[in-house]
Amino acid sequence: MPHLTQASDIHDVVVIGSGAGGGTVTKVLADLGVSVLLMEAGPMLSMSDLKEHMWPYHVPHRGAGPKGEAYSGRPTGFTYSATYGGAQLPGEPYTVAPGSDFSWFRSRILGGRTNHYGRVTLRFADYDFTPRSRDGLGFDWPISYEDLAPYYDKAEAFIGVTGTVEKIRSAPDGIFQTPAALRVHDTLVQRSCAKLGIRAVPGRQAVITRTTNGRPACHYCGQCGRGCMTASNYASSYVQIFPAMKTGRVQVLANAMARELVTDATGKVTAISYIDKTDGSEKQVRCRTVVLAASACETSRLLLNSKSSRHPQGLANASGTVGRYLMDTVGSSMSAVVPALSGMPRYNSDGYGGHLYVPWWGWDKHGELGFPRGYHIEVGGGYGMPGIGSFTGIVNRTEGYGVRMKQAIRDEYGTSIGLSGRGEMIPNEQSYCEIDPDVKDRWGIPVLRFHWAWSDHELNQVRHMQQTFRAILEGLGGRVATGGGRSGRGGRGGPPPDPNRPPISRGGAIIHEVGTVRMGDDPKTSPLNRYCQAHEVKNLFVADGAPFVSNPDKNPTHTIVALAWRTAEYLAEELRKANV
Amino acid sequence: MSDISRRDALRRLALAMTATGLIDRVAAEEVHGMTSQAAATAGGTYAPRTFTAAQYRTLERLADLIIPVENGAPGALAAGAPAWIDMISSENDELKASYAKGFAWLDEVMKTRGASDFTSAPAAEQTSLLDLIAYRRNASPELTPGIEFFALVRRMTVDAFYTSEIGIRDIDYRGNSPTAAYPSPTESIAYALKRSPVG
Repeated sequence: MPHLTQASDIHDVVVIGSGAGGGTVTKVLADLGVSVLLMEAGPMLSMSDLKEHMWPYHVPHRGAGPKGEAYSGRPTGFTYSATYGGAQLPGEPYTVAPGSDFSWFRSRILGGRTNHYGRVTLRFADYDFTPRSRDGLGFDWPISYEDLAPYYDKAEAFIGVTGTVEKIRSAPDGIFQTPAALRVHDTLVQRSCAKLGIRAVPGRQAVITRTTNGRPACHYCGQCGRGCMTASNYASSYVQIFPAMKTGRVQVLANAMARELVTDATGKVTAISYIDKTDGSEKQVRCRTVVLAASACETSRLLLNSKSSRHPQGLANASGTVGRYLMDTVGSSMSAVVPALSGMPRYNSDGYGGHLYVPWWGWDKHGELGFPRGYHIEVGGGYGMPGIGSFTGIVNRTEGYGVRMKQAIRDEYGTSIGLSGRGEMIPNEQSYCEIDPDVKDRWGIPVLRFHWAWSDHELNQVRHMQQTFRAILEGLGGRVATGGGRSGRGGRGGPPPDPNRPPISRGGAIIHEVGTVRMGDDPKTSPLNRYCQAHEVKNLFVADGAPFVSNPDKNPTHTIVALAWRTAEYLAEELRKANV
Repeated sequence: MSDISRRDALRRLALAMTATGLIDRVAAEEVHGMTSQAAATAGGTYAPRTFTAAQYRTLERLADLIIPVENGAPGALAAGAPAWIDMISSENDELKASYAKGFAWLDEVMKTRGASDFTSAPAAEQTSLLDLIAYRRNASPELTPGIEFFALVRRMTVDAFYTSEIGIRDIDYRGNSPTAAYPSPTESIAYALKRSPVG
């Protein structure tokens, strides 16, 4: 690709970032005959690097991490996963303001976090687009469910999503593939929920159960997070970008860390300045249009770092809201040991991700609930592949040694059921990112500083989650462990938990950070218009989670894909009409 | 024999992929080759990298007591737990120091009981000490260092055992096996419902 660095080439569209948003824009534009240069800050993904089907004794340290870090208090949950990143990236720091707690997970690989994510694929409900009109909190979207529904349809038909038609208002139906059978823990949870008057329905996962667009059906190894060698789940890399490259209209510029958007006298973006990470040199690519899809906060960082005399607050930031209204998902969880599962006839419980989930059932009851927004519940259980730490909890409870200890492990293996709540956070003035005035990354690019605060809306929601989890788990005969109700991923790495606070995840820990470059019809309060086009820079578009105005209790990837699809079609049409 | 189930899984997967004409048999075979190689290097006699011969003998004895042979089924020794713990400790000074201190503590206690060190003490002496330090409830200024050390060895031995082929077979994990369909586990569901309040 040496010619890519020649300044004489002017690319019709440069897409920065190759995750759900960038991958979707690239695929849609390529299908519409538009040429794309796709920049990715990490390397190309090699399918043979995926660790799918490997046993623990096939990976270095069997998953205990370099230098056995599992035994020095550091989590190793991503041993096999196709994350290619994490909250700590060498040479790429971020800072957190005093009094705040925030964790920023970044992947540096073609496909970004879609290579490893949970594949939960939920549409927003109609009411999710008008939260302020409903309860006076947060902000309304400039678009409605009807605007986005055709793109949810397109995304589901192309990607493939499991599910069943349920006619639940909080969980709109889509174009579904037949889901896999419920497992034992799913069945118990579904029945326990039913006793509480709560409906639990088959999981909606970006996994195909029949051959779809040349991709073979799922083989039920349960290892979606490792990346899928048969492309039977969705990742932008192997589902969108690799096929798009075959059209001849897509070039990938890997190891390219965008530094700044360069504008001309009319205020349009003419080039992207980037670091070629293979040699540390600074280069430029020229563009007619640019689509930022670097992940919400990286997109903000790029805009804020693109300062000029014309744009003293950063590009597309006359409103001063770039970086503002940062949201994550509210996370809290609880698990229980279920004696009814002990001694059960063994079976292969791998399947794929969630075979069952609990959509929010209280969307019309917020007046009496004491918190304004909802959550859904994800269900975990079964006989996981043994790994480092799988039995540490059992052994710590049982103690001893020898055959008795081993028998306790055998009896308890596969008898835990876990519930994870995923709730809506309302955007607030205290949660945002900005450029740190002092700290720069290894290439001299100023880094982000995060500010974070949960409000009582989220804390009260978590209290309700905890009561509900306990009712479901005890209702099926589970014994919630002492100190149950840890916040799962939120429990690690941060300051010690506050005993006076319900167990809520750390900001950023659920890795659903969205907002910071929101859509809206008023340029005074929103950087982007209803097509995710910058109000003040007509050839600049955003296609990741940054345009989100709110963060409903629906995992964001599906809406990132649908919005990006819509933005790409609009961009192609504007290019055709020579409007940009 | 070591790699049969994995080879079968990958062969089936490779066939499935070839049949659909999509990919990437080459990629699957590469993974297979890589992992087989890793498995092969695990064989043979292990020369400790971190611990002295005497320390390593103590570690082997502890591993054998923590997960012994059970009705002929191989335990932590056959699963290579001591070698794995030595390998991990060779990269981690903190762990290495914890082990050195722990081994010395065991030997010191055995000296007060009339043996020259832990491994040369009679088996009954060894287990009577473990019966004390295997439980947090026995914490005391004298015993706590031993209790903390034993918790570490036990945790790592359990990890090493259940991440080995032997341990995974022992716990009877049925997954990591590509299948064309995901049938309902009806027998297991019936079992669980019968024993739960939601049945």
